Amino acid sequence: METLILISCLVICYYTGSTIEKKHYENIKAREAALSKTLCMTYGKAFSRSTKIKNSYLVSSSVVIGCDYFKAFLAYFRNLFGGNISAYESVLDRGKREAILRMKEQASARKAHAIINTKIETVMLDPLGSKEHPKVCVTAYGTAIEYNNLD
Amino acid sequence: MILTNIESVPGKKVVGHYGMVSGSTVRATHIGRDLLAGVKNFFGGEIEGYTELMDESRKEATQRMISSAAAMGANAVVNVRYATSAITTGAAEVYAYGTAVRVEDIQPKV
Repeated sequence: METLILISCLVICYYTGSTIEKKHYENIKAREAALSKTLCMTYGKAFSRSTKIKNSYLVSSSVVIGCDYFKAFLAYFRNLFGGNISAYESVLDRGKREAILRMKEQASARKAHAIINTKIETVMLDPLGSKEHPKVCVTAYGTAIEYNNLD
Repeated sequence: MILTNIESVPGKKVVGHYGMVSGSTVRATHIGRDLLAGVKNFFGGEIEGYTELMDESRKEATQRMISSAAAMGANAVVNVRYATSAITTGAAEVYAYGTAVRVEDIQPKV
């Protein structure tokens, strides 16, 4: 009976998890294409003496993404044998891209032209040793800049 | 208050330094949200309740940093950094820190 519950849980979570992931990736790709004009740079010093910049301000965003039961189960076995845990790689990738997108959306809503000195920080929200499935919090922040007149 | 995470404010020059300012928050969600998050985490996908929690904590920490900078008489905080750590399940600390400075517009050379 217990094995049956476990298997049905795994099957259900496999379906919900992969459907959510697929939808999320479609959403991310569409928004990334729409926001491709807002550039994201990881350096910032080069801009500090620029006189062409009219306005600058901090933009930041975070996103918390959970792994479903099926992924956690897969990862458990991966941990025994070693190697890439691709189930978690996609979760972290989605988190990072989503956080960057939200930051870009904030910047473009305020008519910024680019984001400089982008930093990304990832934190596991469950302290080590807790029994819960991992939840990951990704924070992206940077300085949005607005040029005087970009023609 | 101008905030940047680079070492200056583009188009302005730093005329005074006030030292490091910081703000932190430790926030938790109520148990209803925790339960909902547990369900979400089981099936996969974004956990909006926790995203909101992290957003609110970051804003609160930033606000505290800004008010301590304002108390010093600064008008900008440069090189702002965020650090997040998980305290227990469902509670997180967000720490914002930076350098409080006074900036002025660069006068164009005549």
